Amino acid sequence: MAKIQIVAIAVSLLFLFYIVRLIIKGKLREEYSIVWIVCTIVLILFSFWRNGLEVLANTLGVYEAPNLVFTGAIFAILIYLLHLSIVVSKLHSQNKQLAQEIALLKNEFVKKSI
Amino acid sequence: MKRIAAIVPAYNEEEAIAFVVNDINALAESQQLLIDVIVVNDCSKDSTANVISKLKCIALNLPINLGIGGAVQTGFRYALENGYDFAIQIDGDGQHPASEIPKIVNAAINNDFDVVIGSRFISNEGFQSSAFRRMGINYFKWLNRLLVGTVVNDSTSGFRLINRKVLEIVAEYYPDEYPEPEAIIMYSLHNFKIGEVSVTMKERQGGVSSIGTFASVYYMFKVTLAIIFTFTRMKFRKRVKS
Repeated sequence: MAKIQIVAIAVSLLFLFYIVRLIIKGKLREEYSIVWIVCTIVLILFSFWRNGLEVLANTLGVYEAPNLVFTGAIFAILIYLLHLSIVVSKLHSQNKQLAQEIALLKNEFVKKSI
Repeated sequence: MKRIAAIVPAYNEEEAIAFVVNDINALAESQQLLIDVIVVNDCSKDSTANVISKLKCIALNLPINLGIGGAVQTGFRYALENGYDFAIQIDGDGQHPASEIPKIVNAAINNDFDVVIGSRFISNEGFQSSAFRRMGINYFKWLNRLLVGTVVNDSTSGFRLINRKVLEIVAEYYPDEYPEPEAIIMYSLHNFKIGEVSVTMKERQGGVSSIGTFASVYYMFKVTLAIIFTFTRMKFRKRVKS
């Protein structure tokens, strides 16, 4: 096993451990952690199976294996960013509704206490 | 007698808000109209909250800044929940004189309009705003005609009245940022009867416009996008229903 493989596996495992810790502490919700766990598993898989990338690139008809990595990674990042934008939009509208509800309730409360 | 909610969105309007609220209350008294002033304080950083608490009005204080659309919608929800017949939106900076309110209300009652917009550009009297601003307003007029066929001369005017039928819709959905032109498209596609009444406006009595020069390009772009998406969304929905 090459040195870089050992480093890659160690870093991936450390990353996985950190994500699990975040979930346990309640700082990361499970639904948002799935993508991170899948990414780490892919990383670990290719750290063990060094030729895997070449094999995959060949079957897909990509001449340079690193290009496949960049294409795949950038695509995954874009999709995840879109997902986050959707989450933010949803939070935005829920936040607005809550604020309006608070303003109306505050008024109700002041009226009753007079 | 119709109950009217005068919704005044206010963001950092400590200088002008007292004048606006007193102006409306004085009119209600002299004309024997049932108007309640509802000031929506959009989390102002100045003493607006303090000023309005001493005025004769219903104060709705938002805990966070929502922008003009979110603030006005808070007022719409209040008006709907409390059984008002009409909601009339009046800017908090003193641009809209209360003396024009009866004209707008009468237009709604006499002509059976669901929405009445107070327009600066029918008789071209009073404050007309800058040439650049008017160019934008003409662009929206053109876009409106192109998409829904209705002609609204002053689609950016915030001086407008809606009835209960419309209140039920806008309490559910109302655009956040720069809502005025987009709301008109929404109203047209709901087949509400829209009327326009000539009013005289004044220059703002205090505070700064919500749209600066740099923001105006963004404004045009954002509103155009919003209009096109609202149009597509509602057209599609209708087809699904029928």
